[in-house]
Amino acid sequence: MAKKIQPTKIPMREQPAKERIRNYAEVPYGYSEKEAMQEASRCLQCKRPTCIQGCPVEIDIPGFIDFIAKGDFQAAIDRLKEKNILPAVCGRVCPQEDQCEKVCVLTKKYEPVAIGRLERFAADWERAQGSMSVPKIPSQTGKKVAIIGSGPGGLTVAGDLIKLGHAVTMFEALHEPGGVLVYGIPEFRLPKAIVYREVDYLIECGVKLVLDFVVGKTATIDQLLESYDVVYIGTGAGLPWFMNIPGENLNGVYSANEYLTRANLMKAYLFPEYDTPIVRGKSVAVIGGGNVAMDCARTALRLGAEQVHIVYRRSHKEMPARLEEIHHAEGEGIIFDILTLPIKYIGDKKSWVKEMECIKMELGEPDASGRRRPVPIDGSNFVTPVDTVVCAIGQSPNPLIPQTTPDLKVGKWGNIEADPETGKTSKPRCWAGGDVVRGGATVILAMGDGRVAARSMHEYLMTGKW
Amino acid sequence: MYKVIERKQIVPNIHLLVVETEHIHKNAHAGEFVVVRADEKGERIPLNLVDWDERSVSMVFMEVGTSTSKLAALKPGDEIATLAGPLGKPTEKSEGKKIVCIGGCYGIGALNPVLRMFKANKNHVTTIIEARSDFLLYWRERLKEHSDELYEITRDGTRGVRGHINDFLVEHLKKSKVDLVYVQGCTYLTYLASETTRPFGIKTIVGLNPIMVDATGMCGVCRVTINGETKFGCVDGPEFDGHQVDWDNLLSRRKIYIREEVYSLSFYECERYG
Ligand SMILES: Cc1cc2nc3c(=O)[nH]c(=O)nc-3n(C[C@H](O)[C@H](O)[C@H](O)COP(=O)(O)OP(=O)(O)OC[C@H]3O[C@@H](n4cnc5c(N)ncnc54)[C@H](O)[C@@H]3O)c2cc1C
Ligand SMILES: Cc1cc2nc3c(=O)[nH]c(=O)nc-3n(C[C@H](O)[C@H](O)[C@H](O)COP(=O)(O)OP(=O)(O)OC[C@H]3O[C@@H](n4cnc5c(N)ncnc54)[C@H](O)[C@@H]3O)c2cc1C
Ligand code: SF4
Ligand code: SF4
Ligand code: FES
Repeated sequence: MAKKIQPTKIPMREQPAKERIRNYAEVPYGYSEKEAMQEASRCLQCKRPTCIQGCPVEIDIPGFIDFIAKGDFQAAIDRLKEKNILPAVCGRVCPQEDQCEKVCVLTKKYEPVAIGRLERFAADWERAQGSMSVPKIPSQTGKKVAIIGSGPGGLTVAGDLIKLGHAVTMFEALHEPGGVLVYGIPEFRLPKAIVYREVDYLIECGVKLVLDFVVGKTATIDQLLESYDVVYIGTGAGLPWFMNIPGENLNGVYSANEYLTRANLMKAYLFPEYDTPIVRGKSVAVIGGGNVAMDCARTALRLGAEQVHIVYRRSHKEMPARLEEIHHAEGEGIIFDILTLPIKYIGDKKSWVKEMECIKMELGEPDASGRRRPVPIDGSNFVTPVDTVVCAIGQSPNPLIPQTTPDLKVGKWGNIEADPETGKTSKPRCWAGGDVVRGGATVILAMGDGRVAARSMHEYLMTGKW
Repeated sequence: MYKVIERKQIVPNIHLLVVETEHIHKNAHAGEFVVVRADEKGERIPLNLVDWDERSVSMVFMEVGTSTSKLAALKPGDEIATLAGPLGKPTEKSEGKKIVCIGGCYGIGALNPVLRMFKANKNHVTTIIEARSDFLLYWRERLKEHSDELYEITRDGTRGVRGHINDFLVEHLKKSKVDLVYVQGCTYLTYLASETTRPFGIKTIVGLNPIMVDATGMCGVCRVTINGETKFGCVDGPEFDGHQVDWDNLLSRRKIYIREEVYSLSFYECERYG
């Protein structure tokens, strides 16, 4: 007998749009215990759960959900952590609609199980219990591991290898650990305290964290290999792209990385209590349609903008951002100018951007990515006033490490080449993964890469076989 | 946190800062810089390396805004929140050349490792340091050690040659054969020196100081236009050919936050002095 299923997800309560655009606090509140148990009971506990195949780290989804349904939240979080050391992060930022939830059987008739929200619930529940138990670390192997970059990929490798008894040191160029989770994704979407707690946990497990250490400059990979047995490169994709159109170097034109780094890492939203300033534009245009663009647009609102436009050259359907971010942005009053491409920025006498010239686009034949290629419509140019522009059209890996490591093979976009099965690079004793290999990807894929590499690194450390 | 070993005012508004670190000296070269952040709420600012050894690095800075005021208030034993480096591309090496090196304000200190490197590579080094007045010139003995000749220029004539750097430079270039001019200091000085050497067709390398945040090539705020192309000051520079720099763009980009900087400084001073 089929049980009666509620067709839609239990909604998650959130800050009303009017209030939240004035503060930096997290937007959704998360489920209560009751709501979580209700949502968990929507899961059919499939014999062959398709959802697991949609998760890059293969979390036992029905397993942890079943524990929530039964009210055993500790068991749920333990089950999650077998595969994912950052459930509080992934529950919040994974593009679930393209991963686990996309292939949940319920989608055939109804809305899928809210797997991400349940994952978040379990992790938040654990956090609310106070201190985490630090696992007993097996005896030391005497092997030394250097991890470069403390983003989700690096953190995963650190967690896996410290638990296997190796001595792990993590080098980070910036003054805070966490990678994009800290310098890029805003507080209102992912509270930094969550990331710091996970980092603190790793430090308690014995991971050594060295901040302000720019590998390639402070020490090269070869220098690190003199004192470490193996190296993992998880330096992300931090090099911002610009469009190379006239006026891009005018004052008031930002890269997304600069805008978000000022706002998040440097806390410019608290200026002048914090020293780093940011331009608080009134009329802001954000170029691009991904998560990064949504984050910039919503940040601009919170910095006091009166009008924020997302300017995207394809249509709504092709936008790569998570559905939830698009909904939130729309709810907050962000204006979407789709099928629009900026071609020129125009400055005032003091070299501040004051206008932007755009051209309208239409969708043509599908391109290599399978999405329909946008083509400019002749004569559709128009000029609109702006005082701040944020360019969020993508980024590629930073060349500092490849430039100083000649025997490390890189691809056309500067991405480090690594074997997808093992994470091995062309350079012995060096592994790589995450955005530095894939270009801009996702948190969970970076973590998946970290897991794969950690396994291979451990094997090498124990057998000496490359 | 990084321990301050020494902080002293060398001449009015210009300070020496020596901070403990074991990491930076190993790969440090002339022309490179570090990023410092005075405290947990501070801004990341770039400062040239003026010296280094196994346990410390030294910087010379001019007190202008909030960040440098915070640094100027440090005492030995205090700590700063961030010290990262060495960053940027090293000064290009040359050998057996006739080189004129020019420094003004904090750039006088920044010349130190560059002169040392040029001298060690058997170049003939003529050093010119300039300031408004005698009491603002410093480190003449220290720089003399790595120079074949050293000239001092003051605008009021209280020491050395009276006048402006450009007048002196023109006379000098007319008299002597010079292969390369190298300049460190504020944007006005680097600009003026570049425009002065341009008619002579002498290659002129300048240390630029665009605004920076991460200083690792991640944010792009430091972009400068060189020969019509956009470059990132922190990783492609900070030294560039002065004849290729788009000075208008550099000068206007340096002013992006002027309003906020003034506000920030008055906020800091209120907090500190009440
Ligand atoms: C604004 C924004 C929003 C995003 N939103 C989402 C989202 O909602 N969902 C999602 O799944 N993904 C999202 N992403 C993508 C996701 O954040 C990345 O795919 C992921 O963080 C990659 O992880 P990583 O470990 O490879 O590298 P990163 O997180 O980029 O971390 C790399 C770290 O290495 C450090 N580093 C770099 N070079 C050096 C060096 N030479 N020496 C030492 N350290 C170095 C960097 O400072 C950084 O801390 C977003 C990205 C951005 C920018
Ligand atoms: C690669 C690089 C190397 C540098 N090396 C040094 C160094 O060795 N020593 C040093 O003192 N500075 C150096 N600078 C400049 C230094 O980073 C700035 O002076 C500093 O950021 C000022 O911070 P602040 O908060 O004190 O002043 P802000 O509040 O940022 O600035 C206050 C005001 O002073 C102006 N101003 C800022 N810097 C200067 C300057 N250098 N000359 C004239 N006016 C200025 C600003 O436009 C602003 O109007 C370097 C810059 C770069 C990019
Ligand atoms: S980690 Fe991401 S993809 Fe995997 S179950 Fe959780 S939300 Fe879904
Ligand atoms: S596919 Fe959906 S319903 Fe089936 S086990 Fe996974 S989450 Fe539950
Ligand atoms: S300072 Fe950020 S890229 Fe140069």
